[in-house]
Amino acid sequence: MKTLGDIKIGTACRVIKLHGEGALKRRIMDMGITKGVEILVLKVAPLGDPIEITVRGYELSLRREDASIIEVESI
Amino acid sequence: MEIRIALAGNPNCGKTTLFNVLTGSTQFVGNWPGVTVEKKEGYLKNTNSGNASDKIILTDLPGIYSMSPYTLEEVVARKYLVGERPDAILDIVDGTNIERNLYLTTQLTELGIPVVIAVNMMDLVEKNGDKIDIQGLSKALGCPVVTISALKGTGINEAADAAIAAAKRAAEPDGKMIPHHAFSGAVEHALAHIEEACLHNMPQEQQRWYAIKIFERDEKVLAELKLPEATMTHIEADIKAAERECDDDAEAIITNERYNYIAHALSGCYTKKSLGALSASAKIDRIVTGKYTALPIFALIMFAVYTISIGTIGGWTVEFMNETVFGAWIIPAVTRFLTESGCAAWLISLVSDGVLAGVGSVLGFVPQMFILFFLLSILEDIGYMARVAFIMDKVFRKFGLSGKSFIPMLIATGCGVPGIMASRTIEQERDRRMTVMTTGFIPCGAKMPMVGMIASALFGGSALIAVSAYFVGVAAVIVSGLILKKTRLFAGDPSPFVMELPAYHAPTPKNIMRGTWERGFSFVKRAGTVILLASVIIWILNSLSFENGFHYIAEGDTSRSILMVVGGVIAVLFIPLGFGSWQTAVAALLGLLAKEQIVSVLGSLASMANSAVSDSDSFALIGTEIFGGSAIAGYSFMIFNLLCAPCIAAMSAIRREMNSGRWTAFALAYMCIFAYAVSLMIYQFGSFFSGNGSVPGVIAAACILALMIYLLVRKGYKPNKASAKV
Repeated sequence: MKTLGDIKIGTACRVIKLHGEGALKRRIMDMGITKGVEILVLKVAPLGDPIEITVRGYELSLRREDASIIEVESI
Repeated sequence: MEIRIALAGNPNCGKTTLFNVLTGSTQFVGNWPGVTVEKKEGYLKNTNSGNASDKIILTDLPGIYSMSPYTLEEVVARKYLVGERPDAILDIVDGTNIERNLYLTTQLTELGIPVVIAVNMMDLVEKNGDKIDIQGLSKALGCPVVTISALKGTGINEAADAAIAAAKRAAEPDGKMIPHHAFSGAVEHALAHIEEACLHNMPQEQQRWYAIKIFERDEKVLAELKLPEATMTHIEADIKAAERECDDDAEAIITNERYNYIAHALSGCYTKKSLGALSASAKIDRIVTGKYTALPIFALIMFAVYTISIGTIGGWTVEFMNETVFGAWIIPAVTRFLTESGCAAWLISLVSDGVLAGVGSVLGFVPQMFILFFLLSILEDIGYMARVAFIMDKVFRKFGLSGKSFIPMLIATGCGVPGIMASRTIEQERDRRMTVMTTGFIPCGAKMPMVGMIASALFGGSALIAVSAYFVGVAAVIVSGLILKKTRLFAGDPSPFVMELPAYHAPTPKNIMRGTWERGFSFVKRAGTVILLASVIIWILNSLSFENGFHYIAEGDTSRSILMVVGGVIAVLFIPLGFGSWQTAVAALLGLLAKEQIVSVLGSLASMANSAVSDSDSFALIGTEIFGGSAIAGYSFMIFNLLCAPCIAAMSAIRREMNSGRWTAFALAYMCIFAYAVSLMIYQFGSFFSGNGSVPGVIAAACILALMIYLLVRKGYKPNKASAKV
C-alpha cells in the first residue's frame, strides 16, 4: 500500500482511502483530505519531519506517522 | 430586545479582527468555564438597522475547522451553539480558502440557527484574479451572503445588519431556518429513518443536526439523548447498510458528503484563475522553511527576540523599574510620607518592605512583558508562529511538548514569567499545560546570582557550575516531559499534528497592539491580587514574633520571627538533602518572593552567625557557616532551589495559564517533589562516592533512581483511541 508519507517531494498524488479511525482520521478529513482529492507534496521540514502539502488550495503540515494512514496513488 | 450573535469561523479567517472592529472597547475577555480556551464577548458598537433599544451581544467563538467531538475548542463551540442557541450565527469565511472554510459552514447551517455568511478578504480574492458569484453562492447554500474586508473595515456594518435581520426573521412564527442541503441517496435515506425513529418530538429545525450526529455515532450526542436500546439497534442497522454501500465508516461518509456538496455548490459560482501556480506564501516558504535556510533564519529571529526583550531593551526596563522607579522613587517617597505623617514603624515596614517591595518586584517586569508580547504578536500576526512549530516539532514532540514550546523555554532563560505566558500561542491544551509545567525548570536570570554564590563559596568560582545549572534545567524538562506524557493526565488526549500553515500577510498594527495589550494587562491584574496577598503574608511571617509575647520585630530586636521558627520546623525535611539548617529553609522560603533574595538572605544570616568576619568575605562565610564547607550540600541546595516551585510572580503566571487551581497545585507539587528527589540523589550519591555517605541514605537514593527510571521506560497509559476524551 502506498501512503502519503512515501510520495516524493514535489510530486502530486490522489487519495484512495483513509485507514484508521477516531480523532486522527476525523481531523485529517476535516482538513479536506478526503477520497479522490489531489495532494501536492511541497516539502519536508529541515529535521526530516513533518511534511508540508498543498490540498484544496491551501498549505497544511502533518507528521509522516499520521500521513501513513492516507492511502494514495501517484498521478 | 436582546439579540445574541455568535461569530464562527476557521482559525486565521479574520474573525477576531472583525470582532474587534464590531465591538470596539466594549469587549470583555475571559475563559470558557473550566478550560484554557479564551472567551470574548462584547456589544455591537453601531448599526444602521434596528432600534436604539436593541441590545446586541456578540460572542467570539474559538476558531474551529469542524464541530467534531474531539478537540477542546470544537467542543466548547458546540456546547455554546447547541446549548445556548444564539439568535444568529455570523459565519466568517476566508475567500482565499473558500472550499475548506465552507466545510464548517455546512455544519453550522444544520443547527437550525439562522446563518449569515461573511466572505472575508474579498480584496485578495480579486487581486488573485479569482471570482466568487455571491448571489449564486447564497442560492446554493440557502443563506444570505455578504462580502467584507475585516482589515479595511469595509462591509462590516452590512454584515452585522444582515445577521440582526436574520435573527429577527427567525423570531417570527414561521421564519425558522430549516437546513436545506442534501447528501447522496443512501445517507439521506438513513438520516430520514433516524429522524422518524427518535427525533420527531424535537423542533423541526433542530432535527437534522441531531440526526447527522446520531448517524456519526457521536458519543456526546448519544450520551445526551439516551435513546432506548430497541431504537438504537434499529438505527444501527440503517447506519451499517449505508456504511456497506459507501465502503467507509459513518463519520468518514458524512465528511466526504460535505466536501462533495461544497464542490457541487461551488462549481457554478467560483472560478479559480491561478490553478497549479505556487501561492505567494509557498514562495516565501521556499526560503523561510527551506531545507538549508530554515534553521539559520529561525536562529536569527529567536536571537533578535531574545536580545530585544530579555537582553538589551527589556533588561534595561526591568532594572530601571526595580532600581529607579520603585527602589529610588516610589518606596523612599512613600516611606518619607508615612514617616512624616507619624505612622508606626511596623506600618511603614508593611507598606514599603511588604506591599511595595513585593508588588514592585513583579510590576518591574511589566514593560519587559509588553516588549516581549509585542514581538511575539508580530510573529503570530504575520504567520511565522505556525512555521516555528513546523520547524521544531520533531525535537519537542519526543518529550510530549509542541514545536512552539521552544519559544517559552528560550524566554524563560531570561525570566520564567514571560516565558510561561508565552505558552499562550500553543493551540493544544495538553501541550500548553506540559509547557507551563516544565518551563519553570529552566534557570532564569534571577536564579543566576545564587548559582554564582554557590560556585564562588564552595567551588572556587568554577564556571562549570553555571554550565551544569543549565544542563540540569534542560535535563529536568526532558525527563519530566518523558515521565508526564506517560501519565493518564497527559495521555488522555491524542493531539495529532495536522496544522494549517496560514498564508503570510503584512503585520496589522491594530491586531498587534491589541494582542500585546490583552496579554500584558492580564498579568498586571494578577499583580494586584494574588501577589499582593502573598507579599503581605510573607511580610507578616518575617516581621512578627511569638517570643517574649507576640510582637513586631523592631530594628535591633534579636527575637526570632515566625518565619525563622517555621524554617526551623521544615528544615527537618531538608536533612536528607544535606542542608537541614533553619537558615537554608528561611532562604528557600524567602526565595519564593524572588529567587535573587536567596543570596542576600543567606549573606545576612551567615554574618549574623559569625559577625567577626567582614562583609566582603560573605560568600566564603556562607560556605563555611551555612553549609559547613560541604560542596555537595551546597550544590544540592542550589539544584533544589533551581527546580522547586518558582517565585510567586511565576506561580501566578502558572495559575493564569492553567486557569485551574487544581492544575496549578499539581504543577507546583510536581516541581517540588521532582526537585526534592533530584537533590536527594545528588547529596546521597555524592556523599557516598566521596566516602562519607550513610547506608540508609544511599538506599533511599537508589530507590528514587529506580523509580525514576521505571517511570521513564514504562509503557505508559494508552487511552482507547476511538473514544479519546476531551
